[in-house]
Amino acid sequence: MINTNEIFETIKMIKDEHLDIRTITMGISLLDCADMSAEKSCDKIYDKITRYAENLVKTGNDISEELGIPIINKRISVTPISMVAGASDAKDYVCFAKALDRAATATGVNFIGGFSALVHKGFSKGDEILINSIPESLATTEKVCSSVGVATTKAGINMDAVKKMGEIIKQTAHLTADRDSFGCAKFVVFANAVEDNPFMAGAFHGVGEGDSVINVGVSGPGVVKSALEQIKGQDFGVVADTIKKTAFKITRMGQLVAQEASKRLKVPFGIVDLSLAPTPEIGDSVAYILEEMGLEKCGTHGTTAALALLNDAVKKGGVMASGYVGGLSGAFIPVSEDAGMIAAAKCGALSLDKLEAMTCVCSVGLDMIAIPGDTPAETISAIIADEMAIGMINQKTTAVRIIPAVGKKVGETVEFGGLLGEAPIMPVHNFSSQEFINRGGRIPAPIHSLKN
Amino acid sequence: MRAIVTVMGIDKKGIIAKVSSCLSENNINILDINQTIMQDLFTMVMLVDVSEAENKFAVISDKLSAIGEELGVEVKIQHEEIFRSMHRI
Repeated sequence: MINTNEIFETIKMIKDEHLDIRTITMGISLLDCADMSAEKSCDKIYDKITRYAENLVKTGNDISEELGIPIINKRISVTPISMVAGASDAKDYVCFAKALDRAATATGVNFIGGFSALVHKGFSKGDEILINSIPESLATTEKVCSSVGVATTKAGINMDAVKKMGEIIKQTAHLTADRDSFGCAKFVVFANAVEDNPFMAGAFHGVGEGDSVINVGVSGPGVVKSALEQIKGQDFGVVADTIKKTAFKITRMGQLVAQEASKRLKVPFGIVDLSLAPTPEIGDSVAYILEEMGLEKCGTHGTTAALALLNDAVKKGGVMASGYVGGLSGAFIPVSEDAGMIAAAKCGALSLDKLEAMTCVCSVGLDMIAIPGDTPAETISAIIADEMAIGMINQKTTAVRIIPAVGKKVGETVEFGGLLGEAPIMPVHNFSSQEFINRGGRIPAPIHSLKN
Repeated sequence: MRAIVTVMGIDKKGIIAKVSSCLSENNINILDINQTIMQDLFTMVMLVDVSEAENKFAVISDKLSAIGEELGVEVKIQHEEIFRSMHRI
């Protein structure tokens, strides 16, 4: 029999340290749902999603019950809708977002991702219509998440798209002004978007994927922090080793759940995303891990180095625990979803500039950051351009999920509740980036993309 | 299918009796049992076979939790695989 101490270690991780499976995400291809008639296409989409994901939530709950580990979210990702809807005669794609929303409600999932377009090099007809439909779609649906890929290391940065993104984010903020501009929390702009990410709001089912797939995202910042508490004052070799061992154990849980879900749903297993995804709950914070390493507050000097070590050790520990690792895999640093980040931003230790530096070494990018509602669209575009440049040059995924909260100023807070948490409004630079953004065109791909 | 039953809490009379009679009522066989008292804290781990259990896993889990509440201890039943996966390569 397994050793008693090991059994109680697992139970303690789940009970006291918030170890959980963050999400089981079913990817569903909608490429076969294209139709000349938008109405027919929406019907096909609804039918396919509800048929494939009929048992997703129930299966997730059964596995959770049997293994005794919480599985927080059950979600669906679909083919970028611009590719499916592009075949139709529709002039706007809000009806497609509504079909996705209905399917999400019918299957009981809490989010559906894939109201998306990939425009890193240019816009097709479907891309343009989809992007213009984003603000209204996010304002009139509950569960639909949207993302746009505007840059890759191979293609460079589509600066026309970057300019457009600033405007789309502003419009979305205005249309959801009565809810602290909540619509923006469901929208991400990507560089090097990944095709098998199970996490929202950026999940979509890539065109290289099969008809349907199960991807699982794990979590567990609390477990890592608690392991580090046992090795206070010891050198970084010990720190890295401790994180690796912990990440291994966490990822094994993800692998087990992914295999079970895949078997029971009769859907191929895709990947485990071994991310440390924080929640606003105390004890479930990535910022507190960095502080446990010896920083007084997250955001002070040394934070980037601490995060670099953490992000790398998580990958090294997790990679042997799962047959297929993918998605974003690393440490997330969302502000509103992390109690330690919220506290650091509130006391002024953590600035937007420091967060940008941290995104060079974290798994994604600027995430769930609230800025003043009167921030110009061009400034938002420029923030996106900076972040896309980091992703393009460093051959990593970067993203921007930013909320210009209408009517709010620095010092105030937006509250989304639940896993999305609350965010203090962070200051942005007041000097204009307008002329820079208005140039348009493409920033060419970097020299090191020419590998062939 | 094999599962692990864990009991943790302040020691008192009848813990083993109540938990094992609940298992037996549900046609669950106890394969191994390990019990210790660490600083007044009663801890018990049972390896059980649930393949012939009449009720669904969730029902058994609820029944055991209810016994735990009655006794003021925490009783859980979990699939053995979660522990094996985490601690064995």
